[in-house]
Amino acid sequence: MSKEPLVHISKREEMPLAKAVMVRLVAVLLSLIVCAFVIFILTKLNPVEVYKAIFDGAVGTSRRSWVTIRDSLILLCVAIGLTPAFKMRFWNIGAEGQILMGGCVTAAVMIYAGDSMPTPVMFAVMIAASIAAGLIWGLIPAVFKAVWNTNETLFTLMLNYVAMQIVTFCIVFWENPAGSNTVGIINSKTKIGWLPSLGGLTYGWNVVIVLLLTVGMFVYLKYSKQGYEIAVVGESENTARYVGISVKKVIMRTMAISGAICGLAGFILVSGSSHTISTSTAGGRGFTAIIVAWLSKFNTFTMILVSFFLVFMQKGALQIASQFKLNENASDVITGIILFFILGSEFFINYQLHFRKKSTKS
Amino acid sequence: MEQQMNAIELKNISKRFGKVVANDKVNLTVRKGEILSILGENGSGKTTLMNMLSGIYFPDEGQIFVEGREVTISSPKDAFQLGIGMIHQHFKLVDVLTAAENIILGLPGREILDMDTVTGKISELVEKYGFELDPNQKIYEMSVSQKQTVEIIKVLYRGANLLILDEPTAVLTPQETEKLFAVLRNMRADGHSIIIITHKLHEVLSLSDRVAVLRKGKYVGTVDTKSVTAEMLTEMMVGKKVILDIDRPEPVNPQKRLMVQNLTCLNKEGIVTLDHASFEANSGEILGIAGIAGSGQKELLEAIAGLQPVAEGTVTYYPPEGGEELLSTKSAFEIRKLGVRLSFVPEDRLGMGLVASMDMVDNMMLRGYNEGRSFFADRKTPRNLAERIIQQLEVVTPGVSTPVRRLSGGNVQKVLVGREIASRPTVLMVAYPVRGLDINSSYTIYNLLNEQKKQGAAVLCVGEDLDVLLELCDRILVLCGGSVSGIVDARTTTKEEIGLLMTKTGKEERHE
Repeated sequence: MSKEPLVHISKREEMPLAKAVMVRLVAVLLSLIVCAFVIFILTKLNPVEVYKAIFDGAVGTSRRSWVTIRDSLILLCVAIGLTPAFKMRFWNIGAEGQILMGGCVTAAVMIYAGDSMPTPVMFAVMIAASIAAGLIWGLIPAVFKAVWNTNETLFTLMLNYVAMQIVTFCIVFWENPAGSNTVGIINSKTKIGWLPSLGGLTYGWNVVIVLLLTVGMFVYLKYSKQGYEIAVVGESENTARYVGISVKKVIMRTMAISGAICGLAGFILVSGSSHTISTSTAGGRGFTAIIVAWLSKFNTFTMILVSFFLVFMQKGALQIASQFKLNENASDVITGIILFFILGSEFFINYQLHFRKKSTKS
Repeated sequence: MEQQMNAIELKNISKRFGKVVANDKVNLTVRKGEILSILGENGSGKTTLMNMLSGIYFPDEGQIFVEGREVTISSPKDAFQLGIGMIHQHFKLVDVLTAAENIILGLPGREILDMDTVTGKISELVEKYGFELDPNQKIYEMSVSQKQTVEIIKVLYRGANLLILDEPTAVLTPQETEKLFAVLRNMRADGHSIIIITHKLHEVLSLSDRVAVLRKGKYVGTVDTKSVTAEMLTEMMVGKKVILDIDRPEPVNPQKRLMVQNLTCLNKEGIVTLDHASFEANSGEILGIAGIAGSGQKELLEAIAGLQPVAEGTVTYYPPEGGEELLSTKSAFEIRKLGVRLSFVPEDRLGMGLVASMDMVDNMMLRGYNEGRSFFADRKTPRNLAERIIQQLEVVTPGVSTPVRRLSGGNVQKVLVGREIASRPTVLMVAYPVRGLDINSSYTIYNLLNEQKKQGAAVLCVGEDLDVLLELCDRILVLCGGSVSGIVDARTTTKEEIGLLMTKTGKEERHE
């Protein structure tokens, strides 16, 4: 007779921070257990060995650790760049293109400027050029959005492909060796335009630049007037208009900043990491960084952890691929399961379930 | 026997939302063929209770009996099958379809539609209960009250015996309200049971047989309407005696503060929303603005505040220091920069006046965050302001860092009005300042408006409850279809006169 639904979902009151952290930790733990089963069933390998290999691949040696840190920093930099845009609810999925443009002009400076100017000046030029390129690439969709109310999602996405075509076009001129259809390592002998080591650390400058950005963006969003305007526009354009905030101005200014930081990430990639340019230089970081930004709820310090975790798993993937002759995608499965559990735990933090009681009082 | 049976009986119904208990062991009975009013302050759980009857929410505990039989209502479809139909405040109609098409929308039927039978059946209902409706008229050609009629017939057509109406008179003129009540009385005579949710005590007294009162989610009791007065009902609702008179001090030394001439606005489709409106607003005076919902009230206030593009006409501001400023060519930002102390409490409090997800400090910052040349925002001043408002206006909140969306409607409004009057406005515009507020909060707001009036502000107050406007305001401007159909002295006019001005016919008669 009774057709009371089996489960009800209702919104929970605010969960204390400690408990919320616990829920997330339990989620990670559960995900590792589930992964263990999946690994065992699919590959018949000892899951503990696989976990060890992932760990080994990511931070097993000092060199590997530094590569993991280097790549985490770049991902972090892109995520920081995306943060103000997403906080403003501007769906910038064009970081990929903004990175490529920044990287492309950096490569251009490295190739054409050569040794024509002193090193500090050269770096200033490269940084300025990469920022300008990313800024322009971010500003174009913002102007269209502000003036003609075009859809920024499609616009930024399409600009990614335009950027790729521009890089392809440049490679024609920069081919090295001729006919390879790649640029090769730029200035491999002279190392002109390579971000130097700092205090003995190869990637010292990368660390300094990105950590400065991390702190800077945190302060900008939380304490500055402009950061406040971004939050108001993001939450309610109507309110922004009501108090006399120029929504157009804020959209354009914020996207300029967002694009500029992504452009700078392109500089770090080319000058401070790969020392070459290709259409895959950005390598999907512009998309992965979206996950980083949202998972961290726009807290730039949380982003350090999240981007490190994602890169850690990527590097581990390469290791298990070679060590156990597994497909690289095996690690993607593991990352997927872990992310699924972490995202799923958010549901239990915000909602609670009520099960139908066995005996209905009558 | 049949007469004695209850149409609906609710026993010990409870519903919680997180920490909030919306309904706590509520009991309620509705007899066959009666009109039951449900009274309660905001947040007392009236709508939640009705939503459980109509299948939108599912109760955590308790039982529901329909005609003596225990039932489980887990979806609106279940509710329909039991003959329960709810008419919501916001209509759910397809604009481009006719009344008849909307009424049969979603009903099962044969492949080929036989509209003649449908309209025939609708006409029968219309005649039986004394509605006024053309089944073949399109929704977009209809007035608000006609749309409401469609909603009611839609429910009847599906065979509902119990109708639940959620604040049906909020959008009607006094004349339309009377017509609706006549129809409801006809339905009662035919054996239908009707539950009506309303805030207006005089409607409760004139229409219903019994009144059920809720207070803070708890059931207080049900009384026969014949045996109670407005004062007694208020006491049941609030839990203590409340004086229901609104203070109206005489304006002191009124001076012209705002002059609006031929102000005209168009919406995005190019349709005239405000049509050559002209009036003056004086300092030390409350100018009420009456009209059916959507008669240009919103556009008028927004145009003055610089938020609505002006197609024609002027708004001129006369500062207390002398001189004049033309506002109609300026944006909100420019008006503020001029130093015009113009405050505006918009109708959409959480969507326009405040940012729902931000806390009180950040919401205080909305005004004046941009002052000073520092790159960083000053949060100390707004924090002090927030604390002062909490203290002076008795805002109930866990603290200044709680997002305003978690506050109750009355407290949200106190925060918004508090912020707007903190800048000591010379012109204060408020739209529906007490909508959804309980009696205590409403009186707090009336007092605040009177205080601003005494301090010499020109207050413009858009309202929907004519009884309140008549008691509070000095003059009342009536809008009808975007144009000003009259400006009357609130001390001498009557509700009927304003009611006539609110409708087109009233306007035409007046011009003849």
